Order: sequence, then structure tokens, then C-alpha cells
Amino acid sequence: MRLSPRWQFPFRARWATLLILAAVIGTIPWFFPSGFYFRVAALVWVTALAAVGLQVLMGQAGQVSLGHAGFVGIGAYAMALGPKYLGLDVLLCLPLGAIVAAAVAFVVGRPILRLKGHYLAVATLGFGMLVTMVLVSEVGITGGPDGIRVPRAELFGWRIRGGETFYWIAGVALLVGVWIALNLQDSPSGRALAALHDSEVAARTVGIDVAAHKLRAFVIAAVYGAVAGGLLALMNGFVTPDAAGFLASIEYVTMVVIGGLASVPGAVVGAALLVLLPQTLTFLHEYEQAVLGVLIMLFMIFLRAGIVPGLAALLRRKAA
Amino acid sequence: MNAIQPRGEVLLRAEGIGISFGGLRALDGVGFAARAGEVLAIIGPNGAGKTTLFNIVSGLYRASEGRIALDGQDVTEAPPHRLAARGLSRTFQNLQVFFRMTALENVMAGRHLQERSGLFADLFRLPAARRANATTREAAMALLAEVGLADKAEQPAGSLPYGALKRLEIARALATDPRVLMLDEPAAGCNPVETEEIDRLIAQVAARGVAVVLIEHDMKLVMRISRHVLVLNQGRMLAEGTPEEVRGNPEVIAAYLGTHGAKEASRATARGAHHA
Repeated sequence: MRLSPRWQFPFRARWATLLILAAVIGTIPWFFPSGFYFRVAALVWVTALAAVGLQVLMGQAGQVSLGHAGFVGIGAYAMALGPKYLGLDVLLCLPLGAIVAAAVAFVVGRPILRLKGHYLAVATLGFGMLVTMVLVSEVGITGGPDGIRVPRAELFGWRIRGGETFYWIAGVALLVGVWIALNLQDSPSGRALAALHDSEVAARTVGIDVAAHKLRAFVIAAVYGAVAGGLLALMNGFVTPDAAGFLASIEYVTMVVIGGLASVPGAVVGAALLVLLPQTLTFLHEYEQAVLGVLIMLFMIFLRAGIVPGLAALLRRKAA
Repeated sequence: MNAIQPRGEVLLRAEGIGISFGGLRALDGVGFAARAGEVLAIIGPNGAGKTTLFNIVSGLYRASEGRIALDGQDVTEAPPHRLAARGLSRTFQNLQVFFRMTALENVMAGRHLQERSGLFADLFRLPAARRANATTREAAMALLAEVGLADKAEQPAGSLPYGALKRLEIARALATDPRVLMLDEPAAGCNPVETEEIDRLIAQVAARGVAVVLIEHDMKLVMRISRHVLVLNQGRMLAEGTPEEVRGNPEVIAAYLGTHGAKEASRATARGAHHA
């Protein structure tokens, strides 16, 4: 694990990744047998957006978070609470949720990012649980465990609704998100993150402010999560505390790890897998969860570096 | 030859450095002055406190006593990244390479302080970020060429041999444009050819006006390239002076080369005999 090289992204590979992703988003609707598939695919893109944010934190900066869904929840609830209590337009609440999540990440991140490894994992876990607890217990404001309605969005008199519309909105949002994450990876800030990931001591001695850069990565991840959460809320027209729950946080981590920690497109592949597998395994009825678990284990055993870097290495070996 | 040359200005000065680890006095009243354009060697037997002194001066540990001044300004409490910004850089005895990055990226990371693109430009790949990437890459390539690793630029650092990693760390340290360069056993584990290359490299760096402080066990290397030698023994300064002076100092011979070695050797044989 320690010696597996960083996923390389030279100029052309970056654009190739974006082109492939754009091509997939642009063409798969041709193969959808029914409108239902737009909804499922939109869910994949939105989930992938949140996972890409976690990839920045875990894959690039090497800092674990078991509370990522907490930020997704903040973004999602902003879409419901902003219009209800502040009388704001729901679309305005999308950037607002991102700003709130960034501010929360900034305040929470400062003390907890001093921790490392398991300690950081537990601290972020605590943060996620705290968010869920507030959402569940403040019944008067958040609607409690039953959730809360999110108003329909309107843009210049055009009502944003329908699976197909959300499919394209989510697809474009993911493309932009992947573009930004790839930009970061191949930039001075990204190199600083990769450096502190490998050796904090060495990073400090070349002038990298390790604490400040970890905090940046944490805030970036939070913004990704909040935007994804906001889009999710808009799509569903409803939001429950489950969006911020522990299980959701674990799923995001699984997506990033299974797709390949070091790889931005890996997070997209991991998200696709974890959203689609349960849908396709429903024919197994009560064995669904067990088969899903076994599949995840097999992926980790045979493609330890993750699906995307693992397959890329296999292809390179074949080509050589 | 050494005596005739005028001495460079003092860039780094440590005075009365002391630290204890759980009752063990690791360093006591140690000080030195590193001058521009000169190589200062710190030598001493294992456990003498050489690396501890490095860790204190480079800001990784905080001394319980003593003061450190860089360029005349007090930096006793400064964290490592601030020291780097003020022109102090170092390498590590037990390699601290960025193993997942390529050799080139390692050195590029060392240019961090020279990059002025900002997070926003980095995220949206604005011209500032692209310019920073291009200039950093160019500077890093030049440094890799200087340490003889230009042909390894695109290889993952994790796949490079030990001697190459030692030089890669030096290139990364040089990437920060240091005025003071601290090298912790730069030639350890290197073959004679590599040692000679490192020797030449250190001389070149010093000739540019950088103050070089190095810890080294290779006595031939120390005698050849250093202007001034500081001998530590059990956390204290045992001797100080030119290589010739230190080499002739009977205390140094006793502690470092003679008695100590003899005692160690006899103890080892005794232990060996006992176990056998």
C-alpha cells in the first residue's frame, strides 16, 4: 500500500478522463429502457460527486473521514430549511449550504485534523453522528426522523423537475467536480497534499504548512459533500436524516477505497458500483446484502489499489 | 588554504542547546555557528545527539534550553515550515522521501515556497496555476540533472535505489533555495562512486554561498570537505575546530576513535563468548 505509486495524471490523461466521463454521461441515456433509469443514473452522478470530494481528502491528502455524510446532510437540509425559515429561493440555498458546510468544516477541522489515523477516524465519526443527532432530535425545526419536504426549484419561471432534467444537472455537476479534483491533483496545492500524505515531516521541512493544507482539503471535501447533498434533496423533493447517517458515511469511504484511493475517476466508479449493485442484486432477495459484502471483499482482495488503478496496472502490464 | 580565505558571515547560530528525554540528558550546552559558503561537520559516536541537534535546529523538536538564530533573527520557537521560508532546509538520515510521487514530483514539491498560484487558481486551473506548474517543473528538472537523476525523473520514487534516494532528498532540499542546508548522513549507505558525487555536490552548493551543516560518519568525506568540525559525545561538545585540529585532539581520539571503539569491541566479543 505504502509503495504503490500515486495515480499519474499528465495533461492528456486528464482530458481523456473528462472526455470518457462526458461520453458516458452523454450516451447512456440512449440505452435507458424507461424513465426510471434517469433517476437511478442521476443518483449515481450525485453520489459520485460526494465521493470525489472525499477522494480529495482521503486519496490526495491521506486524511480519513468517517463523517463525510454529515456535510452531505448539511447541504441537503439547507435546501429544506433555507426556504422554510429564511424565505430564501431554494436554488440560492445550494451555494448557501456549501458555504455553511465550508464554515462548519473550517471550525471542526482545526482541532480534529491534528489527530491521525484511527483517532482522526473516530473524531470524524463523532462529527457525523453529531449532525445526525441534531437532525433527528430537533423535530420542531428539521422534522425529526420523518424528514422534511424540499420545495420545487424554479429558474426564470421554468420548473426544474423530472428524472431527465435532474440527470443532466447531476451529470454536468459531476463533470465540473471531476475537472476541479483533477486540476487540484496536478497543481501546487495538490502536490502539497500528496507530499504531506507521504511524509508530514518532510513536507514541513520544504515549507508546507501541513495543518493549513489538511484543513483546505477538509473544507473542499465538505463543499463537494454539501453540493451533492443539495442536489440530492432537490431531486428527491424530500430529505431525511439518513442522508447524513453513519451508514452513508461508511458507503462514501467504501466507494473511494474500492474505486482506488489515489484516483479521481476511481471515486466515480466506486460510487456507480455501490449505487447500482444493490439495485441489480434485488433478485437475490434476502441474500442481496451478503452477496454485496462478498463482492466488496473480492474487489479489495484482488484489486487492492482499487478498481481504476488496479485495472490500469493490468492493462499496462499486458501492453508491455 | 583554509586559513587564508576570509570567513563567511554567520547564517545559523545555535547557543546552549539542551534537551532531555524522560530524564536522559540527550543534549547539554551544545552550540555552533554555520557560516555562508562553509561546510560544518558534526561528528560523534552513535547516540551522541547529532540527529537530535538537527531535529531541534530544524524545528521538529523544541529545545528545553538554548537559542537558535537564523540570519540574526531568533527562530528558537519557529515551526519547520517557517524555517524553510526563512531559508533553512534539511535531509533525513532515515529517508523521508515522498514514495508515491515520481522523482520529479518530489523535487517539485520542494518548490512549494516559490509557487504563488493560490488555491482558487489551482482548483480552476487558471493561468497562474499553469505557469506555476511549468516553472516548477523546469526548476525541478534542472535540480534533478544537478544530482544526476535526470533520467529517473518520471520513475516513482519508491522504485529508486537507496543511493539515488539520498541524492533525491538533497535535490528536494535544494529546491527550497536554502541559505542553510542541513544534511543528515548524506553518504550513508552509498558506494564510493556515489559518495564522491555527493562530495562534489556539497562542495558546489557551499561554493554558491550556502552554509552547509552535515552529520557524517565517513571520516574521509568529513576531512576532505569540511572547514570546521564539531565533535559531540553523549550530548556534550567534546571538541571543535578545523579537521586537522580535531583529528589531533587526544580526547576525540579517546572518545570517538580509540577507547570507545575498543570498549565496544571488547564488550561485543565478551558478549559473543558468553553466548557461545
